[in-house]
Amino acid sequence: MIKPKKTQGFIAVLFASLWFLFAQQALAVNPDEMLSDPKLEQRAREISKEVRCVVCQNQSIDDSNAKLAKDLRILVRERIKAGDSDQQVLNYLVDRYGEFVLLKPRFELHTLLLWIGGPVILLIGIVFLISAARKRKRDSEPMPLSEKEKEELEDLFKNE
Amino acid sequence: MPYENSMIIELGHYALILALVVSALQSVLPVWGALKHDTRLTATAPTLAYLSFALVLLAFLALTHAYITSDFSVFNVFENSHTDKPLIYKISGVWGNHEGSILLWVLILVLFGALVAAFGKNLPAELKATTLGTQGWVSFAFLLFVVTASNPFLRLEQPPVQGQDLNPMLQDIGLAIHPPLLYIGYVGFSIVFSFASAALLLGRLDAAWARWVRPWVLASWIFLTLGIAMGSYWAYYELGWGGWWFWDPVENASFMPWLTGTALMHSALVMEKRDSLKVWTVFLAIVTFSLSLLGTFLVRSGVLTSVHAFAVDPARGIFILTILIIFICGSLALFAMRAPLLRKGGIFAPISREGALVMNNLFLTTATAAVFFGTLYPLILEAATGDKISVGAPFFNLTFAPIMVPVLIMMPFGQLLAWKRGDLWGVTQRLTGAFVLTLLSAIALGWWMGGNHIFAVIGFGFALWAIFGSLWEIWDRVQLKKVGPVRAWKRFWGLPKTVWSTALGHLGIGLTALGIVTTSVYETETVLVMKPGETRQIGEYDVTYKGNRDHEGPNYVERVAYFDLKQDNKFLHEMAPTKRVYNASGRPMSETSIVSFGFSQVYFAVGDETEDGGIVTRIYHKPLILLIWIGCLVMSLGGFIGMIDRRLRVGAPKPAQKQRKKQQQGAAA
Repeated sequence: MIKPKKTQGFIAVLFASLWFLFAQQALAVNPDEMLSDPKLEQRAREISKEVRCVVCQNQSIDDSNAKLAKDLRILVRERIKAGDSDQQVLNYLVDRYGEFVLLKPRFELHTLLLWIGGPVILLIGIVFLISAARKRKRDSEPMPLSEKEKEELEDLFKNE
Repeated sequence: MPYENSMIIELGHYALILALVVSALQSVLPVWGALKHDTRLTATAPTLAYLSFALVLLAFLALTHAYITSDFSVFNVFENSHTDKPLIYKISGVWGNHEGSILLWVLILVLFGALVAAFGKNLPAELKATTLGTQGWVSFAFLLFVVTASNPFLRLEQPPVQGQDLNPMLQDIGLAIHPPLLYIGYVGFSIVFSFASAALLLGRLDAAWARWVRPWVLASWIFLTLGIAMGSYWAYYELGWGGWWFWDPVENASFMPWLTGTALMHSALVMEKRDSLKVWTVFLAIVTFSLSLLGTFLVRSGVLTSVHAFAVDPARGIFILTILIIFICGSLALFAMRAPLLRKGGIFAPISREGALVMNNLFLTTATAAVFFGTLYPLILEAATGDKISVGAPFFNLTFAPIMVPVLIMMPFGQLLAWKRGDLWGVTQRLTGAFVLTLLSAIALGWWMGGNHIFAVIGFGFALWAIFGSLWEIWDRVQLKKVGPVRAWKRFWGLPKTVWSTALGHLGIGLTALGIVTTSVYETETVLVMKPGETRQIGEYDVTYKGNRDHEGPNYVERVAYFDLKQDNKFLHEMAPTKRVYNASGRPMSETSIVSFGFSQVYFAVGDETEDGGIVTRIYHKPLILLIWIGCLVMSLGGFIGMIDRRLRVGAPKPAQKQRKKQQQGAAA
């Protein structure tokens, strides 16, 4: 087995090293795996895009040419043929391989920060901007004249 | 010959160590001089910057020489090269590995120091010295890393006769271009970081600072844009499954500094023109380079392979992590101490050019946060609890894309709003024409593409709005109807460069968005087994498999499969995807065959041969996909125009410089 070169960091390389790790010449989905019903096959493709090839790095089983990915693709198609819904297929895979197979993690307590991190930053930004705008408005409005200043002003007018 | 070789490589090694010493001096003397107002010490900065550049360049050239001459006594060359490799891949192989690519990183780091020394003649002496000093800290840290933990000059006592060859995936013109471009962008932000730290150290931050910094921000941004686009196109044609962006952590690592760099470019504009958003701009400058460092850590430490792989061989990872923590924490602490002392700048109403640019910054920051959480959360979760989760493309598409929608909608408004206090209703009225044009073209395009996809039409709408909206300012300013074609033509060429720069920058975003929407919704993929002589109809094309032929390359053998691509019985193109096996490593590779029709492409890749003589063939039709990368080129052009505009205005006006030269000459005579 060829050890992947983790030190080579350009975009293609991560994929490449795994390609070589499972050095087969086959490209991802092969015609012999496909379902004859194009509608079911389309569903299988869509599901496959959300399932991680667990031995690969950030590749879905739809993209991967690893042996395990092929097994999973066939498994997905078997479940679809057995009449599972998309969600049932995913649940089945999670039961067998753990949540690690999902490329889109479920919204749960331990993924809370992941899902709401972006929106929270947005919210903080908006709140900050509004308060800054208010403060700026308050600061930029001229202070009313004090009693003494008013008197001085009147004196000036009188002198004219 | 072997003797000469070893002299050169040892000379390079020596130069590298000297560079470490020089950068240590560079990090102390100028800053000390600036703090003590000692002009003799501040004056050393440019010399030291030039010197460290010259020394690192020497080291880099020595390593390149070892690659070209296949000197396998150098361990790095032995591991990553081969005598049969074509010359260009021998050269690009220098940075096709960990040690060499970090050396390239450092080379670009010191290059930027030298550039500031050369072009920063109009900078105040103390700012310039402190900036170069800060740059010296960064180069010292990374040179120390190279010399102690990642040295490319280590030798083998018994030189092998042959090397292990470079990963075939990297034997491509993409490796020659992509990393240098990307690194210039990535590392270029270091100089912006150094400017920010210097300003904080000296306690002086004003509109002039933004004016000095903006060309550097723009230059780095242009290269980062081109680098990312190039990497995307490389992955697209090289990997053979038709994807062009994978939300891979390595990609995200370069995308995050791009997002904050884009925000920085816009906020620096507000700072320069209105002396406002100063604190935020400095913060962004720090964050952008911190994200560049984070990217380097993610890519170089092996932490991405898995948290465990990192734990097995942690030396390099820990080193970079330490550099990362020192620089991020140090600069943020400096920021926290000095930022409250900065004077508040010009005020503006929420509806104004400034307000629009603040909105741009808000959404770009949110987008960065979404990518940041998605990239780092699995690592942190695994390190903290041991739970393993995956975050991939489906997550990012869901969280990132919605943030871009308001950005696309707001762009044309931002361009037209006035500084300080804008008239939103007035701008909306001025944009009516662009809006009508967008609506009609989105419907027309949707209908032309098949007319059955309402989401596609909405997507076209956002992209086309950005396209027409960005060009509308030019149309609006030329006033063709009022002044007639002759004067309009003159006005067209007389428009300020900033108008062109903004319009092209935004146009590029619109074009990229249009390419993304079209190709994601309407691309087709066909996978089938074809036998020699067989013709199949694929969408609007007829494809005939003519058979295959073996061919021998310089360091590989390949089997080329030939296909005819026809449409309505008209011959269009011969497609020749191949499967290769590289001699040295025995590794297989498949090379795609791509042909463009307008902005659309047809993409062929071949896989296994079946027992009955057929071949597994994948055929993609990718409508308007080229717009994705053309958009990036247009964006970069916009950035370039903005930059040459700056160069004309930065610093002393030309006549004054001439005068000064004359005076100096006079004095000399």
